[in-house]
Amino acid sequence: MNIPKEKFTIVGSQNSEAERIARPHISYFKDTMRRLKESKTAMAALVILILLLVMVIIGPYLSGYAFEEIDTRPEYKNAPPSSEHWFGTDKLGRDMFSRVWQAGRVSLAIGLVGAAVAATVGCIYGGISAYCGGKVDTVMMRIVEVITSIPYLIVVILLSVVLDSKSLGTLILALTITGWCGTARLVRGQILQLKSQEFVMAAQALGVSPMRIIVKHLIPNTMSTIIVSITFAIPNYIFSEAFLSFIGLGVQPPDTSWGALSSAAQAQFLFYPYQLFFPSLMIALTMLSFTLLGDGLRDALDPKLRK
Amino acid sequence: MDKLLQVKDLRVSFNTYAGEVKAVRGVNFELDRGETLAFVGESGCGKTVTAKAILRLHQPPFAIIKEGTEIIFDGQDVMKMDKKELQHFRGNECSMIFQDPMTSLNPTMTCGKQIMEGLILHRNMSKQEARKEAIEMLRLVKIPDPEKRVDEYPHQMSGGMRQRVMIAIALACQPQLLIADEPTTALDVTIQAQIMELLREMKEKLHVAIILVTHDLGVVANFADRVQIMYAGQVVERGTASEIFYNSQHPYTWALLSSAPRLATETKQELYALGGTPPDLLLPLECCPFAARCEYCMQICREQMPEETVLSDTHKISCWLQHPEAPKVKSFYERQAKSNG
Amino acid sequence: MLKFILKRLGYMLITIFCIATVTFFLMRSIPGDPLASIAQTLPEQTRANYYAKYGLDQPLFVQYLSYMKNLVRLDFGDSIVHPGRSVSAVIAETSPVSGIVGLPALFIGLVLGVIFGIIAALFKNKWPDYVVMVIAILGITIPVFVLAALLQYFFAVKLHWLPTSGWGEVRHMIIPIIVLSFGTIATYARYIKSSMLDTLGQDYILTARVKGLSETAIIRRHVLRNSILPAVTLLSARIVGIFTGSFVIERMFAIPGIGFYYIDSINNYDYSMTMGLTIFYGALFVISQIVVDIVYVLIDPRIRLGGGSR
Repeated sequence: MNIPKEKFTIVGSQNSEAERIARPHISYFKDTMRRLKESKTAMAALVILILLLVMVIIGPYLSGYAFEEIDTRPEYKNAPPSSEHWFGTDKLGRDMFSRVWQAGRVSLAIGLVGAAVAATVGCIYGGISAYCGGKVDTVMMRIVEVITSIPYLIVVILLSVVLDSKSLGTLILALTITGWCGTARLVRGQILQLKSQEFVMAAQALGVSPMRIIVKHLIPNTMSTIIVSITFAIPNYIFSEAFLSFIGLGVQPPDTSWGALSSAAQAQFLFYPYQLFFPSLMIALTMLSFTLLGDGLRDALDPKLRK
Repeated sequence: MDKLLQVKDLRVSFNTYAGEVKAVRGVNFELDRGETLAFVGESGCGKTVTAKAILRLHQPPFAIIKEGTEIIFDGQDVMKMDKKELQHFRGNECSMIFQDPMTSLNPTMTCGKQIMEGLILHRNMSKQEARKEAIEMLRLVKIPDPEKRVDEYPHQMSGGMRQRVMIAIALACQPQLLIADEPTTALDVTIQAQIMELLREMKEKLHVAIILVTHDLGVVANFADRVQIMYAGQVVERGTASEIFYNSQHPYTWALLSSAPRLATETKQELYALGGTPPDLLLPLECCPFAARCEYCMQICREQMPEETVLSDTHKISCWLQHPEAPKVKSFYERQAKSNG
Repeated sequence: MLKFILKRLGYMLITIFCIATVTFFLMRSIPGDPLASIAQTLPEQTRANYYAKYGLDQPLFVQYLSYMKNLVRLDFGDSIVHPGRSVSAVIAETSPVSGIVGLPALFIGLVLGVIFGIIAALFKNKWPDYVVMVIAILGITIPVFVLAALLQYFFAVKLHWLPTSGWGEVRHMIIPIIVLSFGTIATYARYIKSSMLDTLGQDYILTARVKGLSETAIIRRHVLRNSILPAVTLLSARIVGIFTGSFVIERMFAIPGIGFYYIDSINNYDYSMTMGLTIFYGALFVISQIVVDIVYVLIDPRIRLGGGSR
């Protein structure tokens, strides 16, 4: 081997270069987005959700019939889908296309508002419980325990009966009155776990103010859990509302929701199956999309899966 | 045919989203019967990956042992074994214990049953015989009251006890080779010494060869017959324990030695800390992997991979400093002698 | 262990007491009184008798005390809409009907769900996994009433294999049981799959592999037990799922079960019936939850012996 002599002079270490890490630095958020984008099902679900949202906003104006408008011509009662009425009509001759999207407004609104309310209450409750700790924590968690040991839908049914839920507000109240318990537990658990972790202790030892610890460490680390739980909660509220409407306790006419539409259609399902098809398709699509998106988000946010 | 194990050109790669991580890059070594060999290096240098590869524990498609690798155990090529042969090989001829005894025992099975499993499988024992043998194994690894402990679940035992149970499981079928992957890292210091003492005793009683994977040279010193220092998926220096501890020639070994605390030295020295981190194994390596962190790095080190230089039958080293053209540098020992004197 | 069970039983009684109390006061807080709609049509004297019969002429607290006293004797009072029909009798009569549909549905759902979950985990990223996951996702996302309607349409209307609705024969139960078990299948398939994949990544699986156990033996002896045990905790949620599913199913298939009467009582403003059945459902759920808790503690050695280091 012939190697020129000058190659053998000591040049010493290059620690600056050694510290350089070859892999590009990826921030947590970017990495999450990258993995979310990689998941084809989650992206498809997102697209479907956006489409649904757009249709719910503009859909009721597209067919030229208002959702409560009755087509008085007798041949347009229980009519099958046609160029006149794209999704057909119901037994009163109302345009199903407009009704489906109008109902979607109510269903989606209940899902989104319900999840938001429950998440907010749950975060505050769980946060206070975990922050105070000790006796306060024990009592607060006992209360949650008792509440969650009662079946959710029983509570909702009871409340709907009692509140005689004619308006959306009381319906959402009935749906969320115990719905926040899950989030509260989740947030409390997460914060307690984080509080005992080394990086928070390290921050405390370094004299970082409690406010900064909460803002910089606790919130970002609980955020992912909360987002995932909201994503899963939305379809649950939509489902619960559909269930309530189906047994006659939910949205009351002239308002309508996907559940109420399904309920009305189910009564004459054996004769006019397509009336059930569209509202239940929308429910299924929404549930499916939120579930798949939630799965994708959960996987994307899971630090254990970060490579 | 006296060698128990011969590993030739072992290459292991991991497939990650960022590309192929070459975790082990052509490792060769041999092991005699009853001999103790230690793999030493920083985290992420391929020690554990090498150890797991001997038992073919890597799960494709994520981790692959590359074509061309030969692992000859007692005359048989492990790489060519079919499922049946591999199962016979594992547990019966070669066994392994892991770093964390908290997670390496099945939480829903009694310790006794976990020891018996191997015995029933490989020794064709009946349940009663296996149970008796399991109690004997627990006694052998010095678990007090083995008749009672045999029916306990792992979570009822302390960390040290669990590691003893792990050793009992691994040695139940009297394998010829035991791979101990950082067996004391997760334990308290006092327990560490007990476990190492137990391993030494087992080695003498059962004549089992041991491959000890560790990052702690202190553990190696009075335990291993031979030591091989690994860096970035390669062996950079190998030799008998005394060659490594008293006559090592590789700057990386020096760095490891000087960062180990010693009670024996009289003067108070600050512990040496090696700067930087090992290279990213995602990248191809064309030069000496240690070049960037090496105090004695030369121009050539950044351009070409050094070849293995033979210093004695047992002592081999991959470093450009061994080249006749290279300047003589003061070794770790000379410098230490100076600072002490 | 005994202490744990007693403690749980204590909590159970407190919870049932809370449910009963809250239900009572909530139902009584409804504007107007429960008899208002019926009482309007009655002459003065009859109305007074009527009120006296249901104890509604007494102060609220006295009513509460006597209601609770009766509850202890499992007496939920009489139906308001159908006088002379006691709520307890309705429960005794209808709950077996619901049980005949619900229990097989729960059982089938459990067995199939676990089997599907195992298949999906073993064939991860191959076609059986995809098939199972599609079934599971559909089971979670399709509302029960849609599924019920679809099956009714295909098997009864199109194929004429099974009756659309009715009660009394085995063939009446087939579609309802399939529909009710679907949610359980879906939940369990998803849970078992992820739980098995999680277990497969544990260190002790590596230990088992090192012992030389075959992959089947590893799955059988080490993976299954550890991944199925935690699934027991899902049971109570599934029991609720079956309850609520039965509300819909029993209405759609005209099955004279307890859910049918529950919804019926709500729609007919039969307050005493609604109240009694709500308390019954609540208590049933709380009891099943406790049973599941106790069973879990009995079968999982990690918590069974308590006082473990973790």
